[in-house]
Amino acid sequence: MIAEVGHFALVLALVLAIVQSTLPIIGAHRNIAPWIAVARPAAFGQFTFIAIAFAALTYAFIVSDFSVATVARNSHSAKPLIYKISGVWGNHEGSMLLWILILSLFGAAVALFGNNLPPRLRARVLSVQGMIGIGFLLFVLLTSNPFERLANPPVDGNGLNPLLQDFGLAVHPPFLYLGYVGFSMAFSFAIAALLEGRVDPAWARWVRPWTLAAWCFLTVGIALGSWWAYYELGWGGWWFWDPVENASFMPWLLGTALLHSAIVVEKRDTLKAWTILLAILTFSLSLLGTFIVRSGVLTSVHAFATDPERGVFILAFLAFTVGGSLLLFAWRGPSLKGGGLFAPVSREGALVLNNLLLTTACATVLLGTLYPLFLDALTGEKVSVGPPFFNSTFVPLMVPLLVAVAIGPMMAWKRGDLAGAIGRMKFGFFAAAAIAFVTWYQTTDGPVLAVFGMAVGVWLVAGSIIEWAGRIKLFSINPADSWRRLRGLPRAAHGMALAHIGVGLVVMGITGVQSWTVENARVMRPGETISIGNYDLTFKNAGTIQGPNYSALRGIFDVSIDGDHVTTMAPETRSYPTSTMTTTEAAIRPTIVGDLYAVIGEPDGKGGYATRFYVKPLVHWIWFGAFVMVIGGLISLSDRRHRVGAPARRTANKTLAEASA
Amino acid sequence: MRLGYAIPVVVFFALAVALYVGLGLKPRDIPSALIDKPVPTFDLAAVKGRDMGLKTADLNNGEVALVNVFASWCGPCRVEHPLWMDVQAAGKVPLHGINYKDDPDNAAKWLDRFGDPYTRTGADRNGRVGIDWGVYGVPETFVIDRQGRIRYKHVGVMTRDILDGRILPLVRQLQEQKQ
Repeated sequence: MIAEVGHFALVLALVLAIVQSTLPIIGAHRNIAPWIAVARPAAFGQFTFIAIAFAALTYAFIVSDFSVATVARNSHSAKPLIYKISGVWGNHEGSMLLWILILSLFGAAVALFGNNLPPRLRARVLSVQGMIGIGFLLFVLLTSNPFERLANPPVDGNGLNPLLQDFGLAVHPPFLYLGYVGFSMAFSFAIAALLEGRVDPAWARWVRPWTLAAWCFLTVGIALGSWWAYYELGWGGWWFWDPVENASFMPWLLGTALLHSAIVVEKRDTLKAWTILLAILTFSLSLLGTFIVRSGVLTSVHAFATDPERGVFILAFLAFTVGGSLLLFAWRGPSLKGGGLFAPVSREGALVLNNLLLTTACATVLLGTLYPLFLDALTGEKVSVGPPFFNSTFVPLMVPLLVAVAIGPMMAWKRGDLAGAIGRMKFGFFAAAAIAFVTWYQTTDGPVLAVFGMAVGVWLVAGSIIEWAGRIKLFSINPADSWRRLRGLPRAAHGMALAHIGVGLVVMGITGVQSWTVENARVMRPGETISIGNYDLTFKNAGTIQGPNYSALRGIFDVSIDGDHVTTMAPETRSYPTSTMTTTEAAIRPTIVGDLYAVIGEPDGKGGYATRFYVKPLVHWIWFGAFVMVIGGLISLSDRRHRVGAPARRTANKTLAEASA
Repeated sequence: MRLGYAIPVVVFFALAVALYVGLGLKPRDIPSALIDKPVPTFDLAAVKGRDMGLKTADLNNGEVALVNVFASWCGPCRVEHPLWMDVQAAGKVPLHGINYKDDPDNAAKWLDRFGDPYTRTGADRNGRVGIDWGVYGVPETFVIDRQGRIRYKHVGVMTRDILDGRILPLVRQLQEQKQ
């Protein structure tokens, strides 16, 4: 009964989505106020019904209703409650439902917080959101109904891939989706702007917070996914250039570019057509990501049960949405010209460079992901592209970007002073040179690239601090005045500095773990000691323990440095009887300078166990850096200028007055 | 200049056509050129620390065999790995591994760490043999008949359903055929 309620709610949501995508947009075009007014209640209604459907599916999972096909395939009565709940989106049907829920949530948020938007723009934005909603609701109802019943329900479910039964993985898809789907806002605003034929600074001011929020969610989602891979897959890797990882990374790269180009539109009223194009492409890549994961054209550890029928549907939807919006862009884009001129060396110039490099980097990732497919389609030849391709194309593109990130914010708008900026970076240059020297001295035999990577990271952090300190004139005026300037500084300035520092930390983390990881693996018997880095690990014992739905082999290791006991580590290998799979639960001792990573494997039958240890220098800086980036994003998001406030409202009224004039 | 605005939509439709063709290709099926053909001529040394290498003659000795293409850098290989341990334990059909474009140390550690399900292994370090086999992506699995011909190819992660429903029945059927 509950499942049927969910199914029915989805159908109602589809009906509302059809209303939402037609009446308001026609009303906005013909200036029919009551039709425009339909947009908001329709958006609320759509969200409500999809929420009911999602709640119904969640209920089916919690009570283990195996007469629902999705539940039977993907859940098991012995599973802990949290993984029953995460099982809702741990499968194709449920994850699509979550996707739609978030889409309608964003629509409802515009309806709720969009008081400062001109009603016609809001109506158009919500109509475009409604169209995306129609596409996905049809997809779910026609090809992947989560509420399908089984005539002969099984006694128990089929479980969930135990590799996916993990907290990090349980929480990371919702964040990823919040990011993916969040970019639909920028997309809808872009389409609405093309329809209106106008992009002004006010438009950019509305788009930026949505983009920034989506970017923050996507950053969290990607970082959580990478962290999961690190501690769960058991060999300490944190990024694999897997098609699905790339699918989330490409919108991130373009979304980052969009964030920066929207600043130029807002402050300088230029780069309009480019920003619109970026907004369209960012969301298109989110859709492409969905296509890649679900169509079976590329295989990956993340891929859900694939089905060519679904692939055709998504491809048709993709062609309609992306193709249609790009056609609209080709038609209306040329009318968006105008705006301020600027010299190549200027803040605008720096942001254009940022955009060029990020877009090119995104294009190389896209190429690497789809190249095998293209070659197959064109010549029938089959190749595979592994991490070496990405490392050799992506890294060289990132280096100039990272170097420029430190200097860009010091440029003035219109015409910047490159010599002056480089002069201010003197300290940054010394700091980078010093760290390069220390790195080289400490690791004489180490890779040269590591010396360079650390220098770039420090350069970035130092540059961001110098820029921030310069704004508050730290040390050049008395501290009290600096404090006053600090408080007067817009939060977006603090946010930017923090986010850029975060990037620097990520760079150092990646450099550390890629260059100086050491490992030691061998068969150990209880009582034996192994040393790695400056750690000594003594194998105390190993035994079997029982978990809620698995049994595990757990090894106990005493860890000491120079004879002083520091900690005890207990890595596990878990076996899940219901799906005959094993997973690795590495024991990790994180410290600021690096992680000690321990893994235990199968017994050799002669009293020994396969063991493996890593020291991974600076690895946690990757996720800490991502965290700092997100904090920077959130601080910027809390900026007064982004909130629903008096200044924004005044602009809205002004735009409205202009529109009706 | 105005034409410049049309570039994105043109590029996109080219992309869409390629994706559509890609869907039709059904990458999970073998390219028809290789099916029922003898396995390519090759001779690979074993993965570091193992002594039995893999060459054409090992697959043409009157025995039905499975060949799995794997790599330590391949996440999906880790997912399907327990299935291969089961196949090995059951002992019904020999399973050989081609280690594709892998670092020898990493490959050896991967097998030591998770268990080695392969009777013979071949280290295809530069991927040359992979090209001859038409390897599209890792992992891939081939069924070889008694005469050393490729009878079936599966691209992507092996699942319990496909193993029990397709691969093993085909193996039994081929084993029942006379030499």
